[in-house]
Amino acid sequence: MSKANEHGQGLIRKIAGPLVVAQGMRDVRMFDVVRVAEVGLIGEVIEIHGDQASIQVYEETAGLKPGETVVSTGVPLSVELGPGMIGEMFDGIQRPLQKLRTMGGNRISRGDSSPSLDREKTWTFQPKFKTGDTVQAGDILGTVQETSVIEHRIMVPADVVGLWEIASIAAAGDYKVEDEIALLKREGEKDLSVNMFQRWPVRRSRPHAGKKSPNEPLVTGQRVVDTFFPIAKGGTAAVPGPFGSGKTVIQHQLAKWADADIVVYIGCGERGNEMTDVLMEFPELIDPKTGRSMMERTILIANTSDMPVAAREASIYTGITIAEYFRDMGYSVSIMADSTSRWAEALREMSGRLEEMPGEEGYPAYLGSRLAQFYERAGSVTCLGSDGRAGYLTAIGAVSPPGGDMSDPVVQATLRIVKVFWRLDSNLAYKRHFPAINWIQSYSLYADNLVEYMNDEIDPEWGKNRSEALSLLSEESRLEEIVRLVGMDSLSFEDRLKMDVAQSIREDFLHQNSFHDVDTYTTLDKQYRLLALIMHYYELAQKAGRRGVSIRQMSALPLREDIGRFKYVEEMNIEQEYQRLLAELDRQIPELATER
Amino acid sequence: MQKIYRTIEEVAGPLMLVKGVSDVAFDELGEIELSNGERRACRVLEINGSDALVQLFNHAMGINIQEGQVRFLGHGLELAVAPDMLGRVFDGMGRPIDGAPPIIPTDLRDVNGQPMNPVARDYPNEFIQTGISAIDGLNTLVRGQKLPIFSASGLPHNQLAAQIARQAKVRGDNEQFAVVFAAMGITFEDADYFIRDFNRTGSIERTVLFLNLADQPPIERIATPRMALTCAEYLAFELDMQVLVILTDMTYYAEALREVSAARKEVPGRRGYPGYLYTDLASLYERAGRLQGKRGSITMMPILTMPDDDKTHPVPDLTGYITEGQIILDRQLYQNNILPPIDVLPSLSRLKDKGIGEGKTRADHADVMNQLFAAYSRGRDARELSVILGESALSDLDKIYAHFSDEFEANYLNQSFTYSRDIEETMKIGWRLLRLLPSSELRRVNSKWIEKYYKNED
Repeated sequence: MSKANEHGQGLIRKIAGPLVVAQGMRDVRMFDVVRVAEVGLIGEVIEIHGDQASIQVYEETAGLKPGETVVSTGVPLSVELGPGMIGEMFDGIQRPLQKLRTMGGNRISRGDSSPSLDREKTWTFQPKFKTGDTVQAGDILGTVQETSVIEHRIMVPADVVGLWEIASIAAAGDYKVEDEIALLKREGEKDLSVNMFQRWPVRRSRPHAGKKSPNEPLVTGQRVVDTFFPIAKGGTAAVPGPFGSGKTVIQHQLAKWADADIVVYIGCGERGNEMTDVLMEFPELIDPKTGRSMMERTILIANTSDMPVAAREASIYTGITIAEYFRDMGYSVSIMADSTSRWAEALREMSGRLEEMPGEEGYPAYLGSRLAQFYERAGSVTCLGSDGRAGYLTAIGAVSPPGGDMSDPVVQATLRIVKVFWRLDSNLAYKRHFPAINWIQSYSLYADNLVEYMNDEIDPEWGKNRSEALSLLSEESRLEEIVRLVGMDSLSFEDRLKMDVAQSIREDFLHQNSFHDVDTYTTLDKQYRLLALIMHYYELAQKAGRRGVSIRQMSALPLREDIGRFKYVEEMNIEQEYQRLLAELDRQIPELATER
Repeated sequence: MQKIYRTIEEVAGPLMLVKGVSDVAFDELGEIELSNGERRACRVLEINGSDALVQLFNHAMGINIQEGQVRFLGHGLELAVAPDMLGRVFDGMGRPIDGAPPIIPTDLRDVNGQPMNPVARDYPNEFIQTGISAIDGLNTLVRGQKLPIFSASGLPHNQLAAQIARQAKVRGDNEQFAVVFAAMGITFEDADYFIRDFNRTGSIERTVLFLNLADQPPIERIATPRMALTCAEYLAFELDMQVLVILTDMTYYAEALREVSAARKEVPGRRGYPGYLYTDLASLYERAGRLQGKRGSITMMPILTMPDDDKTHPVPDLTGYITEGQIILDRQLYQNNILPPIDVLPSLSRLKDKGIGEGKTRADHADVMNQLFAAYSRGRDARELSVILGESALSDLDKIYAHFSDEFEANYLNQSFTYSRDIEETMKIGWRLLRLLPSSELRRVNSKWIEKYYKNED
């Protein structure tokens, strides 16, 4: 109790939804975590006026009364970082949901709590240093094979300053997360005991040794993304779109197939069933790279829309701090936040209850800077530690603008920061064209760098095909306007061919069925070949057209259907099928010309 | 021992300020007694020191600052539940209004419920046959889903809802079905339509009704859906029933919320609705679902009327972001006498993919569905073009598509409000329509289904 008094203890004065005001809190610090009332609801101090502190409470406040106690814990909102996070589902303040279920049943009741990491489970530790070695922040003291694909690297905590000598280090063997695995010494400092987990405040970004510009692609297996609007490892992207346009499906696809080592998926104010879907589906999906279950690299943060709104605000910080921790180990980490609009709404709700002066659409004036702080935590970095390893943190946020209106403050504030914009289009969704990424309005500012990379790694023609295809698509939308006014017949052969090929790009290349076993993921090589086939057809058809072949003859070729089915060809057969189609194109189209 | 306060300080709209209270909890239920002995329910919205801001469920008429007496009941708003609720009619606050004796409660439940742990949810993947092709075939409903009907004034959403309530069934087994119906602010005639329909078809026996009609206190509407859902949770997770909850009309519910928010002088969001409208709606909609280890389920169909047919209005917009799809009714189809007038292109069931296919409906279902969508969409574009430029401007293929879309509306969408089609019949009609197109156009259908169904007449 004396410890509590040290940090401040007060009494509830006011309760308004998730906002509680307590008095007698002069000793409390901003953003410290407090325990509210007898049931011990978790809250965070967000404002102090004299001896009154405003607290956002992460749990349902019904039933609280004025006069109940509020006790500060003296520490800011933090997450526990250590072995045992992968494959778990946490709520917005890192409570383990599976554990809560075994303790408290199917529904989340107030005051439930459990440590984020299992204290009893043992992990096999393998030391990397020996007694007498000198280490610094970020050095990997040893490793734990957390899942069959992820080696968890136990690092010297990031906030340790200077060089330290290892006074003792644990031998290889089984330890619990709280066991000491190393004792560090430094002259003039208190000895530092390191165990397998550390705490880190979620609102502070974890330090690194330096940022670099991202220039390697994050391969997602989604054709419209990889070929047209690629994202780099360490980059940022936003997916805005009205409801029903497939934001969540795209986020799930990226979570499933992106070639990241670790995926942190934050369901922020979204549907409960979607999180269940991830929980049920991911363990059965096999990562093509490792041959193991996807769940062995995934961490889920779920704060569904019916869970308390304040914890929703915290959830994206919880998620990105965990992601940074794995980045610091030298992994490529992707974080998906679905949806940042719900996070912004939580911000707005708290701001309203604090009676702050509203900015645009009632959102607080600091919306833009908070969003920027979040996305800036992504990046390609050199990690702390003497080995100078590289780590990547890619951040992809969904945005749900009201009515699909892109002038929404959250969309606009996001677009100022992110480099990739995948704009979802409800008209495409109505036509069941998925992924419904609009190819005219989307962009990727990484494209130039990454196309170079693809030209080197996949095929020198990559960039040429890509830019030709994109310009055909934009031609198409211009021609469509004309057709709408004067009809198809008035177009020249050239223009009709452009429309014909653009249609093929849309239907055969861009349209991708995420529920089809083969089509759900396309390798870069196959993406290249599929587009190359279409563009090769275009080239031949242009020539044939000059010899007077009609567009009708051309589109009646049964071969077109085979191109359309190329995306369903299994990976092992693509080379053969590609060569066959190329040869057939080369044979059949010139024959058309002689036929007439 | 309850304290009685005679310290009402202010009454304004649906709000009342009571001074000098002690030991009153946030969200606690209260009761105000008028000088004539009448009692009305109220709820604590905010406590600041010894001031309690209270929301009245009923209107404020007749409340006198001098004589009104307020008591706080020591608990939140609760509903008494029992198996014999089935077949009964309650008002918006859960009091019986059908003249029959009060129910004998087996339990009292807080109407706010508690959020489901996402880990404990069971994924909805069992097909519910509604007997309506536009839903079963293209926007399939599954057990535990929340699928709203977006309608507008003058459209037959009530007939559609009644048809679904009447026809819905789970294929193959003998699950117990129940319907919980909550009316918020709809007219007597609308409510009467449902009651008569339930009576006529005998489904009243498996139905619980909560009615807050247009002439009843609007603020009570905030409680009504919570009453209905609390009842549904009891039926589904205690009595193992498959419960379909129909909430109508969510737009009026949101307006009641807006009224309270405006009276509290909160910073408004879009169109004056409170900033927490999303969170509030989610706290209702998310109560649909299934739980692992429980047999029952809650499937929800909220109905809302879009003001001026505007889908971007905050109520349909936020609803669409929370629910798992939407069924959209279309005025033009209705005028062309296509019944039910469901516009399938913007309609969507997000959970359909897990509820269809081999063992659930039929193995070719997904392919046929995708192809019908694509073809109908192209046909509509072609039809639009021919309106502007004349039919002669269309290519031969586009003419076929335009014809396809006419046939699709006349034979697939149109089926009347009384006829129930099973899924086999829906699939058969689907293939009959696809046969209007050349087989090379069926790019979204696996060739083995083309072999099996396209080439054989039925």
